[in-house]
Amino acid sequence: MNLASRRMMDRSFTVLGILSILVMAGALLCLLGPIVIRGVNAFVFRATVEHRQMLAEKYGVGDREAVKRELAQAEQHRTKIYRMISAYEASLEDESYAMRREMGGELDELKDRLRDLLGPFPGDPDPILMREQYGETRWDRALVVKDEVIFREEYDYSDPSAMGVLVHVPRADTFEGTSLAPLFPYLENHLSDILRPRWTFYWRFFTTESYDAHFFGGIWPEILGTFYLTVGAILFAVPFGVISAIYLVEYANPKNPLVALIRTCISTLAGVPSIVFGLFGLAFFINELHVSESKSVLAGSLTLAVLILPLVIRAAEEAIRAVPKTYKEAALSLGAGRWRTICTVILPAAMPGVLTGIVISMGRAAGETAPIIFTAAVSAGGVVALGETLSQPTPALPWNIYNICSEHEAVNEIRHVQYGMVFTLVFLVLLLNSTAIWLRARIAKRLRGA
Amino acid sequence: MTETMVNLSTSDTLADSAGVKIQPHVSCHDFSVFYGDFEAVKKARMEVERNRVTAIIGPSGCGKSTLLRAMNRMNDFVPGARAKGKMCYRGQNIYSSDCDPVELRRRIGMVFQKPNPFPKSIYRNVAWAPKLNGYRGNIDDLVEHSLRQAALWEEVKNELDKSALALSGGQQQRLCIARAVAMQPEVLLMDEPCSALDPIATSRIEDLIHELKTRYTVILVTHNMQQAARVSDFTAFMYMGELVEFGETDLIFTSPKQERTQDYITGRFG
Ligand SMILES: Nc1ncnc2c1ncn2[C@@H]1O[C@H](COP(=O)(O)OP(=O)(O)O)[C@@H](O)[C@H]1O
Ligand SMILES: [Mg+2]
Repeated sequence: MNLASRRMMDRSFTVLGILSILVMAGALLCLLGPIVIRGVNAFVFRATVEHRQMLAEKYGVGDREAVKRELAQAEQHRTKIYRMISAYEASLEDESYAMRREMGGELDELKDRLRDLLGPFPGDPDPILMREQYGETRWDRALVVKDEVIFREEYDYSDPSAMGVLVHVPRADTFEGTSLAPLFPYLENHLSDILRPRWTFYWRFFTTESYDAHFFGGIWPEILGTFYLTVGAILFAVPFGVISAIYLVEYANPKNPLVALIRTCISTLAGVPSIVFGLFGLAFFINELHVSESKSVLAGSLTLAVLILPLVIRAAEEAIRAVPKTYKEAALSLGAGRWRTICTVILPAAMPGVLTGIVISMGRAAGETAPIIFTAAVSAGGVVALGETLSQPTPALPWNIYNICSEHEAVNEIRHVQYGMVFTLVFLVLLLNSTAIWLRARIAKRLRGA
Repeated sequence: MTETMVNLSTSDTLADSAGVKIQPHVSCHDFSVFYGDFEAVKKARMEVERNRVTAIIGPSGCGKSTLLRAMNRMNDFVPGARAKGKMCYRGQNIYSSDCDPVELRRRIGMVFQKPNPFPKSIYRNVAWAPKLNGYRGNIDDLVEHSLRQAALWEEVKNELDKSALALSGGQQQRLCIARAVAMQPEVLLMDEPCSALDPIATSRIEDLIHELKTRYTVILVTHNMQQAARVSDFTAFMYMGELVEFGETDLIFTSPKQERTQDYITGRFG
């Protein structure tokens, strides 16, 4: 090959490399961008006066007087709406029965939508569900609900060959010419006067329990549960993993077929689907060993520990193997026994690698869903105290993300919570990984002596 | 390696000129080392005197390192290696079953070809072995003393907390000597301690070896004949696993008895 073509090769390879890195970075951005934007929206959003009222009444936070003043200012606009409705209700009394029936149904639907938006009407009995005690607490949701007030959703079947087409019919058309007609433009124009949106950093999202199935409150029990499960898994997996790695590298005879078998088992373990670990955890830790009555943090941690064990072993093994043989020789020649050599020279030198492996396994444990479905996770639950971890199940981020989007009765109304959880989980895992990188760099630097 | 030797004789003695029997510090008799079936050291015989520098020379691959490492049983860690015959330290066979190799290595220190300080501070490198052995005295003093003996103290006294890996190659090698010395051994084994160093660092280490022999018995492996001639009192010449000739350095270099020694020294091979 001549010089020119070799240069060509080099250059095209460089281009190829840069291209693939760009594609990866782009993919990462496409993935992380929406997560961050929507996730942040869970705790940085325009909160309505309903939100502030809810905070003042349920959590006792915020300035009660200010909230009262705000409500009073909103009151004049609200009263107008309520008056229009009662006026229309009164006028209906004089209509024919058929008319009353038809328009009464339309009116009830309109009132229900308005209740979603503004909370219970004056004179309504106190609702039981918390979500019905308040109007929309978030401005973005309020705009959606406002559209539901203004438009009625209908399916248009006029084309018999096609399926029904969803169309939005203005309710104003229905009530045209009645005393209710001005309600719709009024609501459109004065919604922000009624709900008074204001940018809010709602940090309680991370520190409080959820109220009324995540309609209100935060995700602290989920965060704490994830933390328990992860730390528990590490506590079980790391001692076993590191000791196994030491044994495999320093003591085991590589020619021994039993050792080869153990190695194969570890590799296989690393490839087992995580749902299998979940079932194994249920069958072994709960049904066989009875570590707890039923699901518990303990059982979940043990299951996750088995899942990450091969990761820890591999990382530790590689790190220990990478320690220069000369350190070991030096220690042995200075009259250290094998065990002393391992503890005082080999392990400290292998520390950066071992730690990186541990933190990466933590990330893995924090994000796994399948292993905890059967062993630890519940969809609704409060904060689990440390002492209860041996016997109590816990909510946890990965499981609750799945649960909210698949089993919650009102997914669409609390999407932001789901994204908030996703964001928190991704953030936690990224935090762990960057801690690993930082730790590694720091220790490596110290070892190098800079 | 378990070629257990019985008969802990003290008869491996050497008559000095006055006729008084003095015991060699380290000696071997018909001592062989095998790697599997390969005999890397063949029935070597030599007697190393106390407080002298003994050099082992020979072309590369002739078994110098193997013989040296047999002296503090570092070959134990080489899979497939085994020893046969007698290797004695103060008259006692170190391959007998009642010899504790860990204890032995505390008495017979070793410095390797490539400087291999631990990735720890200078201080902790030197203090490592004394702490391990439960040294009762003042460790700071011992560290200073050892670094002085290794002629490194003046250079590092202000930065004992610096990582050893930040030192130059020559300094690292002297640190390794200080680390071995801090263990207060009687014998220092050195396996080509200068081969990774530049000429200036080499000459410093050679001066150092000269001083070390007042306190320690030094056994030095080198493939550099000039170095052997400069620093050693006795020289052993090895060739293809055989210990061909052993004697006072002057005699080996001026009037060797064996033709192969002659050929090697005059540069006909090697
Ligand atoms: N671990 C080992 N396994 C097998 N053979 C070895 C091993 N170490 C050294 N040898 C062989 O033993 C002989 C002597 O080696 P060595 O003592 O290192 O020589 P020198 O130090 O004189 O250069 C060489 O032929 C070498 O190939
Ligand atoms: Mg050698």
